[in-house]
This record gives sequence, structure tokens and C-alpha cells, in this order.
Amino acid sequence: MRIELQKRAGGSSVFAVLSPFVALLLTVLAGGIMFALLGKNPVFALYTYFVEPLADPWSREQILVKATPLVLIAIGLAVCFRSGNWNIGAEGQYLIGGMFGAAIPVLFNEWQSPLVLPLMLLMGMAGGALYAFIPAILKARFGTNEILTSLMLVYVAQQFVDWLVRGPWRDPKGFGFPGSKQFNESAVLPSLSSGSDVHLGALFAVVAAIAIWFVLTRTLKGFEIAVLGQSPRAGRFAGFSAKRLTIFVFLLSGALAGLAGISEVSGSVEKLDDKLSLGYGFAAIIVAFLGRLNPLGILAAGLVLALTYIGGEAAQISLGVSDRAARVFQGLLLFFVLACDTLIHYRIRLVSRLPKAGAA
Amino acid sequence: MDVWISIFISICAASTPLLLAATGELVVERSGVLNLGVEGMMIIGAVAGFSAAQATGNPYAGAVVAVFAGAVFSLLFAFLTLTLVANQVATGLALTILGLGLSGMIGEHFVGQPGIRMEALVLGLDAIFYISIALIGAVSWFLFRTRAGLMLRSVGDSHTSAHALGLNVIRIRYLAVMFGGACAGLGGAHLSLVYVPQWVEGMTAGRGWIALALVVFASWRPARLLVGAYLFGAVTIAQFHAQAVGVAIPPQFLTSLPYLATIIVLVLIARNRRLTMINTPAALGQPFVPDR
Amino acid sequence: MGYDFSKKARILAKTGKGAATPVPNVQQPLLEARGITKIFGDLRANDTVDFSIVPGEIHALLGENGAGKSTLVKILFGSLQPNSGEIFWREKSVSIRSPSEARGLGIGMVFQHFSLFEALTVAENIALSFGRDTPLQAVSEQTRKLSRQYGLPLDPDALVGDLSVGQRQRIEIIRCLMQDPALIILDEPTSVLTPQEADTLFETLFRLRDEGRSILYISHRLEEVQRICSAATIMRHGKVVDACDPREETAASLASKMVGAEIANIERRQEPANDEVVLQLSNLVMDKSNPFAVALKDISLSVHAGEIVGIAGIAGNGQSELFEAISGETVQERADQVVIDGEPVGLLDISKRRAIGAAFIPEERLGHGAVPNMILSDNILLARHASDAEKFCKMGWMKIIAGKALRDVARRVSKVMDVRKSAENPPAGSLSGGNLQKFIVGRELDRQPDLLIVNQPTWGVDAGAAAHIRQSLIDLAASGSAVLMISQDLDEVFEVASSIAVMSEGNLSSPQPASSMTREQVGLLMAGSQAAMA
Repeated sequence: MRIELQKRAGGSSVFAVLSPFVALLLTVLAGGIMFALLGKNPVFALYTYFVEPLADPWSREQILVKATPLVLIAIGLAVCFRSGNWNIGAEGQYLIGGMFGAAIPVLFNEWQSPLVLPLMLLMGMAGGALYAFIPAILKARFGTNEILTSLMLVYVAQQFVDWLVRGPWRDPKGFGFPGSKQFNESAVLPSLSSGSDVHLGALFAVVAAIAIWFVLTRTLKGFEIAVLGQSPRAGRFAGFSAKRLTIFVFLLSGALAGLAGISEVSGSVEKLDDKLSLGYGFAAIIVAFLGRLNPLGILAAGLVLALTYIGGEAAQISLGVSDRAARVFQGLLLFFVLACDTLIHYRIRLVSRLPKAGAA
Repeated sequence: MDVWISIFISICAASTPLLLAATGELVVERSGVLNLGVEGMMIIGAVAGFSAAQATGNPYAGAVVAVFAGAVFSLLFAFLTLTLVANQVATGLALTILGLGLSGMIGEHFVGQPGIRMEALVLGLDAIFYISIALIGAVSWFLFRTRAGLMLRSVGDSHTSAHALGLNVIRIRYLAVMFGGACAGLGGAHLSLVYVPQWVEGMTAGRGWIALALVVFASWRPARLLVGAYLFGAVTIAQFHAQAVGVAIPPQFLTSLPYLATIIVLVLIARNRRLTMINTPAALGQPFVPDR
Repeated sequence: MGYDFSKKARILAKTGKGAATPVPNVQQPLLEARGITKIFGDLRANDTVDFSIVPGEIHALLGENGAGKSTLVKILFGSLQPNSGEIFWREKSVSIRSPSEARGLGIGMVFQHFSLFEALTVAENIALSFGRDTPLQAVSEQTRKLSRQYGLPLDPDALVGDLSVGQRQRIEIIRCLMQDPALIILDEPTSVLTPQEADTLFETLFRLRDEGRSILYISHRLEEVQRICSAATIMRHGKVVDACDPREETAASLASKMVGAEIANIERRQEPANDEVVLQLSNLVMDKSNPFAVALKDISLSVHAGEIVGIAGIAGNGQSELFEAISGETVQERADQVVIDGEPVGLLDISKRRAIGAAFIPEERLGHGAVPNMILSDNILLARHASDAEKFCKMGWMKIIAGKALRDVARRVSKVMDVRKSAENPPAGSLSGGNLQKFIVGRELDRQPDLLIVNQPTWGVDAGAAAHIRQSLIDLAASGSAVLMISQDLDEVFEVASSIAVMSEGNLSSPQPASSMTREQVGLLMAGSQAAMA
């Protein structure tokens, strides 16, 4: 047997909608097989993983909390990927954003003012954008591969933040644990409703998704992104500058990753510590593809990925499965999403090999 | 004198995983495929090699298993990008993410266990080191002196022309990707069986990505990989020694050095447009669907 | 089977007196195809095609673009498998599953788009087509020998990336001859040659024929076919519609068999006398942007209103670079190197040059002039978002796309240019080459530009669409606009242009009135210093 592909002109709109769902289904099936191999009851395990968290109000809230940074980062990545720029250093931009924003409450710990929070958010976005500017300008100016530079900068950012929270920014009264002082109230991102863990960041994510969706589908900028992403030469013919767009999309995605970082720091942790880097910047790549690089799709995809995190924690407690299973799920999910995307552009046929004739 | 020898040996140890992974990726890219999953294949090799060595008590068995594990794991990438024509960049990322997750789960029980070290053969250096050096010669000979190597390079230059000539583009690329996976797997095993030798989650620490940068640095010439890999090995060892001696620079900054060095090297290479343009395999990263 | 025909043919070829030695039953076909059908999706690219060729003849396969010639040839060469039908080689039924099997039988092929590897040397390229491990040294020697024998000079150690198109074709021919084929297939071989180079090629072909080899010659150039072929098979819409001896036909009768209808004659218009210079190039120079590009050397040219200046030349002599320089995809060093409508635009980008009144049609349709996966109305926006900003981009800085206005223009353009399409607003990539080219030309004409720069206006386009496009260029000039047409099709240049300049290795000759030039003169200019090199 052999697989043959046949190009569809313009792509299939049915599969464009269907493919993420097929991918999800396949991931769940593969997960069931994995649990069976680990000697667990697959049905019970999958239930614990994917259904139980939805039934519990506290878990539902945690899903929203987790989804917030994933969605914010993924929206920016989607814009990058659509334009043919492979920013995979969002994790670093997220960290530097969180660090920049935290600078205000860390350095001016006593300052209490309504100005603090907006300033922190702006600093966070600026930090992320600045950090993303490095691979962008290197690509635009010298043609350096942005995949490798943006990724290398993640490691640098991790080391830098690690140094800060163990060195100059460490709370002297923190019993030697790495981490800054707790922020005061005016530096904490408020909850959406009192007593809830879901902070204002969730609202930012929804607003960003709608705004970017509008830009991508309705404006000339969105058209420019699509053209340069699909056909750089046609983009040049249209009078669009690929270099300027590279800078633009990196700044945008860096700012969104930075916003995610400072929202996480100020809304969830309320201090800068050494556990900020949890791999959201990489998981957001999966979110972006699962959402088919569409900001509205990404809203849904972010919730799905957040569910794998929360479900993973639940499964660890009640099944004794490693929480690392969640990352395996996420990796598998991206594989299936990419495989299913083939269905959009090609018809797939299974062909049996022609019988081999005699001597050739 | 002895100090210098031990420094030399430690540089060799630090460079070997990079060199192996980069050699494999060089062959893959020469066939026109960009596999960004080197990091993932390396870590799978590291965990597979470690667990096989634990199970058999033999580090060589571990290395052999790592080679197979890397090759088999790379098949996932090959199937998606070559058979299903999925985007190579995204699929490579997926391979890395899955590899890191899978290795974390497999290796969970090994964390903190003492490893089985592959002992040195001659001159204080282990078998994998000698393989990595021999492989450079073998790959050079293969690429530029054999017909199969010529076929591989032709596929990387223009898959449509190669297809028109009757070469089986997909099969050649499958084999190249698997060779890349095997090399990355062995490189990973060197980490968990020689360099560290233990299982530490995420122990590749970006070496797969540095290997990718090395291929660009070497402008797709095997011999130049030696220079690049040993340069990075030297930087790594230098910062270790600086940390050990207690230089007044925070260790985090020293740890960042190899990553920063990678960026600088990439910029320097990219500035030489002519060199990169002429040597880059023309079909690199391009999807190929044969018409039938 | 006791008799090995292929061995016999080789002996014939080696002794080089095949034509003189009596071949057993001359009319026995070397290759015969019966009822070949090949279906791609909904398209019957070949529909029960019958075809045969006898030893020692040059046989033409005639037809328009899309008639199914390439499909048939790919099937004969094993690159494609037919859905049904049978192939006989020396009267034995064979199935040719791959090019190497075809070569094993004794079939060689010279492709239209060369299947060469730019990063490899000539000898490496040739060695790749052997099914076995031949030392490179032996390949190099054999190359030198054959190149002497057939008058095709070639250096085996040169990198293909550095060679001219004519030299690359020689590689293909020598590669093919290495296999000592009984049948050689040539796909549009002269489309990349100067008239003089084509003559040299014909000499080589006659020599091969006299050795007893058969040549299948694919072309749509009737004059050539009448000159060198003794038999012709004519295809239209995937079917064989006629077989004849082209020497007994007229060019007109062959053309009508090929097209199936009379092609509308192009109507010349009286050009308005006008001295107004619309495009002025002064000392335009451009360095190579990459190692495979051509540098532009001190180009000066004026194009007047109402005039069509045709730039002839073989592809790869700087035409694409010239197009990019005038369009502003590459900007110049000084503003006065390119002047449009009296305005120095050398430092302005393509959008600003469009706003002044220029329009541009590049050579590549897919991926340059249009984005294949985008619908037609989006492809209108592609070239006109800046020049027609007030129509297509609303709400000031937000630049919200006016979808309805775009769809209206797409509809209008499709109507004016008679664009045939499967849906109201389909993706550009789903249109046939001719229809997409009509759409792209129409997109620019719809603006009524003062200046139109067009590169290869009818490359790979069927005869009907080509005539339509050429007529619309003439009409545009007649209405008072200036047109600069770059084309490697000499017939087209002579048919459309009012004056002709020739490009060769980045140099441009000074334009002369078309009426005062002959094909031979243009051919010599096209060869430029290339003639001296060869």
C-alpha cells in the first residue's frame, strides 16, 4: 500500500473546520492507548483527564487562568506564522515581559498609586516587544535565521531572570528562597469577580483575540500579512516590505507575550520568582496551530490546552500518572493537527502497488 | 601538562554530542529536508540509551538502542513531512515538544539514579567520540565520492529534477531523515552515558538547536562541522572552568555564553550572503508532491 | 526471442551509417502507442491517443499549450502512468514504469524545463542518469568525446549554475546521447535558443537521424516543424486530431488543425504621432542581487506615448532584473535613472510608481503577479491597493478592505477580458494559464495606465488568449499610452512592437523601428557576446 496525495484547488473548506476536531479525537484515542499501556483503565483515565475538570467549578476557573497566557501568546504567534516569520522564542519574550513589568513593584515596592498597574502592563508589553525585536532586526538586517536566534534567547532570558530572582531582586526576608518581595495591592491585577482566581488578563486575551481577528480578516494589514506569508515575491510586487512586516509582527507578538508574562506575574503569582518559565511559550505554538492560526479559534484551542494541564494534575492525584503525560498529550496533539491539515490541501488516496513486472 | 590534557578531553566530551547531532542534520539538510526536531531526537536518544544501559548493565547496548530510538522517532517526522507533506518547521517543533515530554515521562523513575558510564577506550576518550570523528570522514566520503551521495545531493538541489530523472525522492529523504535521527540519538546517548552520565530531565539543554546552527555555520560542509562543534565545546568548557574558579561573573551569565555565541555566529555567517546562498541546498524545506 | 533489436540499433548507431544500411522493413514502427488515456481529476489530459514513430524519422508532435503533448511524452518516458492503453516498443508490448526503464529500452529525453541540478557539475549531472556506478572520470571523458563528435562544446567540470541556457541544453542532449538511445524526445527545444543556435541544433538532429535514430520533436513553431520534420501528429484537447506530412501542408493549414478554428487576426492601429516621453531610463545600472542574477549594464531607453517598444532576447539575460528595476521592486541609486511621466522615480517603491500612472505585469503569474490560493478579488487588491486606495481601502488609517468594490472590479475585468472560470470568484490558482494571464492583464488595463511594463505577456498561454492579450496591448497604445513589452517570443515581438530593442547579458541595444529590422539582425543581437563565447 502507498499513500498518494492529490492537490485540491483552493483547499477544502469542510476539512478546514473539521481538521482540529479530528486531531483532538485522534489525540484522545492515542491517549487511551497510552493509558492502557501504562496499565490504567483507559476510559476512567480519559474521564479523569478530560471530563472531570469540567465538572468542578474550581477546576473550570483554573482552566481559564491557564488559558489566559496561552491565548495571549498564541495570538501573536499566529500573526507571525501567517506572515512566514517563525518566532519560537515567545517563552523568552514572556519572561522578559514579566520581568520588565515586575521592575516597578520590585524597585519601588512602597509606591502605591492607580498608575502602577497600567505602567506595569505597558512595561511588560514593551519588554516583550524589545526582546522580540532582537531576532526581528537580525533577520531583517542580516537575514539571520529567526528560528534559532529567537530560541537561543529563551535560554538567555531564563538565565537572566534566574540571576535576578536569586541575586539583586531577591527578597532579603525570603528565607533564602529565590523570588522577589510580594507586590503591594496596587501592583496586583484585579480579579474579574471578587474571590475568583481569574484575573483581568482573561479579558485582555478575549479583547486581543477579537481585535487581531478583525485586523487579519478585514484590513489591508491583514491582507499584507497573508500575502507575504503565502508568497513573498507577490508581496514585493504588491509593494509590501517583508522586512518591515517582520519587525512589525515580532514587535506585536513580543508585546502580547510580554502582556501574558506581566499578567501572570501580577495576576497569579504576585511576585517575580524562578517558576515563571513553565513552557507556555512553547505550548502556545500548539494552541496557535490547533486554533488554525485564527484568533477566535485560538480562544477555544487555549481552553483545550489548559484542560490538558489541569487534567494532568487531576490524573496525577487520582491515577498516579506522571504530570508529564500532559506534555506527551500536547506533543501528540500538535502532530495530529499538522497531519490533519494535509486533508485541507490534498485528497489522500491509498493505492496498492502495481505488481512488479519481470526484469526491468 | 596534565591539566591541559584533561581540559582537552573535557572539550572533546562536550563537543561530541553537538558534532554527532550536527553531522546527522547536515545529511538531512543536504537531502533538502529541514528537521528542527534535533533536540527532541537527542533527548529520546539520551533517555533510551540510559534506560537500555540500566536494563542490560551494558553502556554499549544503551548506545545501540539510542541509535535505533532516534531513527524510529525521526520516522514520525518523516511520515508527516514527506508522506503527508506537512510543514517541516512546525513538524520539527512538534517532534521536539513530543520528545521532551515523552522522555520526561519515560525517564521519571531514573531521576537521581547513578548512571552506567561508558569507559574510555584509548587516550582517555570513549567509543562514541571516535565514532563521531570517523563519521565526519565517512559522511564527507559518502556525499562527495559515492553515487548514492550524489543522488542525495541532487535531491536536495532540485527534487523536481531528481524526480524527472527517476530518482525516488521520498525514499532517499526518508533514509536521510532516519540517519539524522540515528546520529541525534547517539549524540543524546553520549550525554546520558558519558558526559553527565545520569538521567536529568531536559538534559540536552538546547544542544539540538545549537547543532542546527552549526550546520549553517559549516555552510553544509562536513569538515567545517568539526571546527564549529569544537569551538562550542571549548566555550562550554571555558565557562565551566570560569564558574569553578569562581570568576566574579554570575554563573547564569556564563551559562548563557554558548547561546549568545550561537547568535553571534549566526549573524556573522548570515552577513556573508554569497557563501550561504551558494551552499544552501536549494530545495531545503520545500514541500514535494510527485505528480503521477 | 532470438533477435535483439536494441543491440542491432546500437551497432547501427556506432557505425554511423544507419541510413545507408537497409533496416528490416522500414515501416515497422519503433514505438507505437495505442489508446492511451490519462485522467487528472476531471481532466482527460490524453483521450485514447494513438501514435507511432518509425526508425530514422524526425516526427513532430504538434499542439497548443494544454493539448496533452507533455502528458503523452511523460507517459512514453515513464514519468507518468496511463489509466489505460498500451505501448509497443519494436512491436513488443511494454509497460514503462519509470524513466530508467524508458532509458533501458532506448528512449532518451531532453526536457523543456531542464531537469538539471545547478549546484552540481556537468559531469555529476550526467553521471546521475546512469543506473550504475560509473566513475566520474569516465563520464567526463565520454562527455568530451560526444561533445566533439556532435559539435556541442561543453566543459564537464563546470558548475551548471554558471552556464547559459544554450549550454544547459547541450548537457541535456549529451546526457541523453550517453544512453545511446534509439528514440530521442525533445520538448520545445528551440524556445530557449537564438535563431542561429537553433540552426546548429538542427544540424545535430540531422546527424542523429542519419545514424538511424528517431526523433520525436515537440513544438508549436510551425515554420521549424515544416523545415525539419517528415511526419507530424497533431493533438488538440487531449486527442489526436490529425497525422500528416508537414512538408505538404501550409503553415495556415497546420495552424488551423492545431487550434481547431481560425485565430482572430491581430489588427494594427494607426499610432498617434506623439513625442511625449512617458518612460525614460538613463544609465540604469544594477549589481547582481544574488549569485545567479544578471547585472544590468548602463541601460538607457525612452518609450513614447502611443508606442510599443518590444525588448527581445533569450530568457536569463537580465529581462527579469530590468523589469524589477523599472517596477520599483528594486529601487535605484539615483532618482533620475528612471523617469515616469516626467517624474524621477528611481528612489520610489512600486506602489508610488503605480500611483504616478504606471502598471506592471510580471512574467510569473503564480506567486508573483497573483497569489494562487487567494480569490480573484483579493488579487485585484494585490496590485491596486495603493493606486486605487480611495476605492478599496476605507476608514482612513484603518484601511478596511472594501470587498464589494473589489468583487465588482473582478467581475468587470473578467467580462472585458473573457476570463473563463469555474466560479464567480475562485482562487487564482484554479484558473488555466491563459485565463489567469488575461485576468492579470485586464487588472492593469482596467486602470487605464499611462505606462504599461509587461514581461513575457503570452508565455505558456494558448493561442486564443495570446491573440486577445496582444490585441489589448495594441489597443492600449493606440489610446495614447506607452507600452514596454519584454518577450522572448520573436514572432510576438515582430507582431506587436512598433520598435525593437534586444537584451543580451544585461546590455540593451538601442531600439529601432520594427519595420526596419529582420529576424536575422535581431538574432545576431540576441546572441551578443554569446556567439563569441561558443
